[in-house]
Amino acid sequence: MAVIFERTNGLTEKPFHYCPGCTHGVIHRLVGEVLEELGVLGETIGVAPVGCSVLAYDYFNCDMHEAAHGRAPAVATGIKRVFPDKVVFTYQGDGDLASIGTAEIIHVAHRAEKITTIFVNNAIYGMTGGQMAPTTLIGQKATTAPYGRDAGATGRPLKVSEMLATIDGAVFVERVAVNTPANIRKAKKAIKKAFEVQLSGEGFGIVEILSTCPTNWGLTPTESLKWLEENMMPYYPLGNFRTPEEVK
Amino acid sequence: MAKAKGKVSFKEDLCKGCELCTTVCPVNIIEMERTRINIKGYHPATVKEMDKCIGCANCATICPDLVINVEREMDK
Repeated sequence: MAVIFERTNGLTEKPFHYCPGCTHGVIHRLVGEVLEELGVLGETIGVAPVGCSVLAYDYFNCDMHEAAHGRAPAVATGIKRVFPDKVVFTYQGDGDLASIGTAEIIHVAHRAEKITTIFVNNAIYGMTGGQMAPTTLIGQKATTAPYGRDAGATGRPLKVSEMLATIDGAVFVERVAVNTPANIRKAKKAIKKAFEVQLSGEGFGIVEILSTCPTNWGLTPTESLKWLEENMMPYYPLGNFRTPEEVK
Repeated sequence: MAKAKGKVSFKEDLCKGCELCTTVCPVNIIEMERTRINIKGYHPATVKEMDKCIGCANCATICPDLVINVEREMDK
């Protein structure tokens, strides 16, 4: 029998600290597999965020750097400009990228920095205990929105991919989900494309990945995937918003 | 018709008992071991009827903790 699936070399042997059923693990694996398949593990420098994935530097089998909350794109810009031949990526959550780091992500796209961003959107602040994020859906309960998010008081959820797709420097923008094996395979293709865009020097690439937070959503892991499909996917439609061909 | 035969193995001590693998198995052979707990204190996922496995790797694809390895061969 041939082995068709085993742990990728793109990840270290350290077991993940994430809650049971948290899809961060799946996304870590996809990034590790893509880096391994592209043969750039030894050439890659990743930037870890603040949030649940703050310890991502322990898991990726490449050089990693930690950034202050939301500032991963700024740190990655510095790294890429000092080492233009290295592959640089940031791994950020929605509290990190869509809230405190909004300025950084918009301007890294605007300057067309040749980096790749993996944006994990689970519509809530996970590590700090389930507070409302800019991406929290209307009516979704959070510890700072106990009756559900109210559009009148707190606005409507921020669609980061659509926003970044209006910026010319962002040459690859795609939203994917990791709720089924088929979608996970599509997510891997998108991540690979985002890294290829960087390798060919075309500009900034971002993949937004709809993810779950069973602990703070108050659901089981299986229910979380269903909730993602029924509530998040209608508001955050999957698809490609920008590809390099479109830019040319 | 060629029938795919597969074999999955679980690194049991990594399993957190989230049960996602049990929901995506097309032949429904993955179950949680309710009588035992692993080193983390969860009921680990396991397969009792391995001869039914088709080696589709759906379980390994959705597993967030890289518990599962998959092997496959094609019978003529």
